Amino acid sequence: MNFEIILHSGLATGTILLFAGIGAIFAERSGILNLGVEGMMLLGAMAGFSVSLSSGNAWVGLLVAMFAAGILSLAHGLVTIHFQADQVVSGLSLTFLGTGLALVLGEGLTGQNPPLIPDVSIPLLSQIPFIGPVFFENHSILVFVGYLFAPLSWYYIHKTRPGMHLRAVGQKPSAADTMGISVYGVRYFYTFVGGCLAGLAGATISLSVSPGWYSSQTTSGQGWIAIALVIFAQWNPLRAALGGYLFGAIRRGILDLQGPALLFGFANPLYVNSNLGFFLQMTPFLLTIVALVMGSRAAARKRLGSPAALGVPYVRGERGH
Amino acid sequence: MRSRLNTLFDALLPVFATLAALGVGMIMLLILRVSPLEAYGALWEGAFGSTNAVAETLVKATPLLLVGLGICIAFRANVINIGGEGQMIVGGILATQIGLTFTEAPGWLIIILAMIAGFIGGAIWGGIPGILKAYFRVNEILSTVMMNAIAVQLMNYLLRGPMIDPTQLEKASKIPQTARLVESFRLLRWAPTRLHIGFVIALVLAILVYILLWRTTLGYRIRAVGQNPHASRYGGIRVRRRMVTALLLSGAFAGLAGAIQVYGVNYRMITDGSASGFTGAAGFNGIVAALFGQLHPIGTIPASIFFGALLVGANKMQRVVQIPSALITALNGLVVVFVVSSEIWRRRRQRQRLAFARAAEKDDAPPPSEINPSAEEASTS
Repeated sequence: MNFEIILHSGLATGTILLFAGIGAIFAERSGILNLGVEGMMLLGAMAGFSVSLSSGNAWVGLLVAMFAAGILSLAHGLVTIHFQADQVVSGLSLTFLGTGLALVLGEGLTGQNPPLIPDVSIPLLSQIPFIGPVFFENHSILVFVGYLFAPLSWYYIHKTRPGMHLRAVGQKPSAADTMGISVYGVRYFYTFVGGCLAGLAGATISLSVSPGWYSSQTTSGQGWIAIALVIFAQWNPLRAALGGYLFGAIRRGILDLQGPALLFGFANPLYVNSNLGFFLQMTPFLLTIVALVMGSRAAARKRLGSPAALGVPYVRGERGH
Repeated sequence: MRSRLNTLFDALLPVFATLAALGVGMIMLLILRVSPLEAYGALWEGAFGSTNAVAETLVKATPLLLVGLGICIAFRANVINIGGEGQMIVGGILATQIGLTFTEAPGWLIIILAMIAGFIGGAIWGGIPGILKAYFRVNEILSTVMMNAIAVQLMNYLLRGPMIDPTQLEKASKIPQTARLVESFRLLRWAPTRLHIGFVIALVLAILVYILLWRTTLGYRIRAVGQNPHASRYGGIRVRRRMVTALLLSGAFAGLAGAIQVYGVNYRMITDGSASGFTGAAGFNGIVAALFGQLHPIGTIPASIFFGALLVGANKMQRVVQIPSALITALNGLVVVFVVSSEIWRRRRQRQRLAFARAAEKDDAPPPSEINPSAEEASTS
């Protein structure tokens, strides 16, 4: 039970949720709900691991992972944007498709040792007491990418012209259309961006944070947690990043409860009976439900909601947009 | 005549979608350097090649159908239940506990009690997200997924701890399973195959769910809430309660599937430690089956047999051409993608028919009998 270690590991595992969550935010801000994050992440994790193994370069693996998941998300885009199909159903089937593909193509990858994304320390910053070791020492490069990526995404969505177009398409596609913004084009683009980021999140797992290919256990439901995080974060990348880190830290802290033989001077029941550890495994999911209750209540109170056109297909000239 | 052709085309859409999905599957097989003919041949052989194969297909179809029936109810209320896995597990746990506690009781009584226990277990696990949705505005898709993961860990704990088979405790292997059920508690089997009476129960329930949804007030209310919650509330329907009812019932059917899996197939609760070790992912595949069956209880019957066949055939395919059976998971996804994509043609024609009828009405009001009643009914649904 070392506070420094818990925070350090929270930042690492939180980075996974950060990428996947911000990816989902981009897609949902444009009005496309993609429930296939879990499938895309798994495909990304597999593709990254597999390509890193065959090419001998983890960065190539990372790129291919993003591209593979991005292509998969375009299938969702085609089905929901052009064919105006139900986004929930299409997203679910994407989960199946991505999971199935990842498991078939990932056959035999377990136990392999491809090159991984290296861990680094930032020279001067890591010297700062407490903050240095937690934030800047021995982290995967991807964690540092995450530090920059969250504020940049926030700035992009809220302060730039393309970001405004993105929000307009998600809020009122007919108005955006009138202004000359291509609704379909914007939606395809950000669906693809969301897919790429989900793939990046997957590769972050398999090539960096908990390296390896453990078939469907590799992502173990984190894609779904990322979608929940979006609601908790109220579609704000900064809140998504904080939520991801917090979630990662709490998760690590709870799992660490199993370690010590004594807890507050008493015999640790989790140490004595290791079966009770299964209850610890439950906590991330219980926590997510609690976060959803809190997030939904806050959203209702502040009258903050999802992007108005989320989940609604756009048909030019049809009423109700 | 034209409308009849259209109806036929609508009914055949899922078939076209399946063929398209199998076509993409062929390409995937070719990329994996496997002869698609050989692979699909093995698939067919494994699913329907012998009496036993057909029986196995129906055994696999049973939980899909039961879960699918619940999905029909939930999705009709526009409540998305992804929690079939967890609901099956909790139903299975409660049902198993009944059989393990009362070993002396008569078989018929225990079987009935166990089925009820399964039903209730699933209802609880489905009801919690229902209440969270109705009263706390928590997205049910996410909460049901989380409830799945919680149920899996609960099962892992119980089957390795309090409920573990006493004989496994002495062994080093420690397989996570309960003790075997007494012989008289087992569901009737059509020996020598593993086909059990649970399949017939599921068929009967499919008809009952059809009656519930289209011939009772409750069913009407559930569908009304799904169509338009605002209008339903205006019409005096308690929308929140009906949402909870829909999720509760949906979970109950999945729980029953869990109970039947224990009493009809395994005669004990057993898992392999993976998330779908007990359910065989029936909680997810049941959703696929229901969607493929157009969310209609009767349509879900052939749909679940179809997906049951795919699952059974996949094992044979894996043995013959060494393709991981997970390919079927991908195929399932593809089938649904194609089914939902093909919906646009149905909607487009519906709109045309509606516009046609409206134009005809404007020009010179035709006698009401001339307006195609099926087109009108379809346009409102």
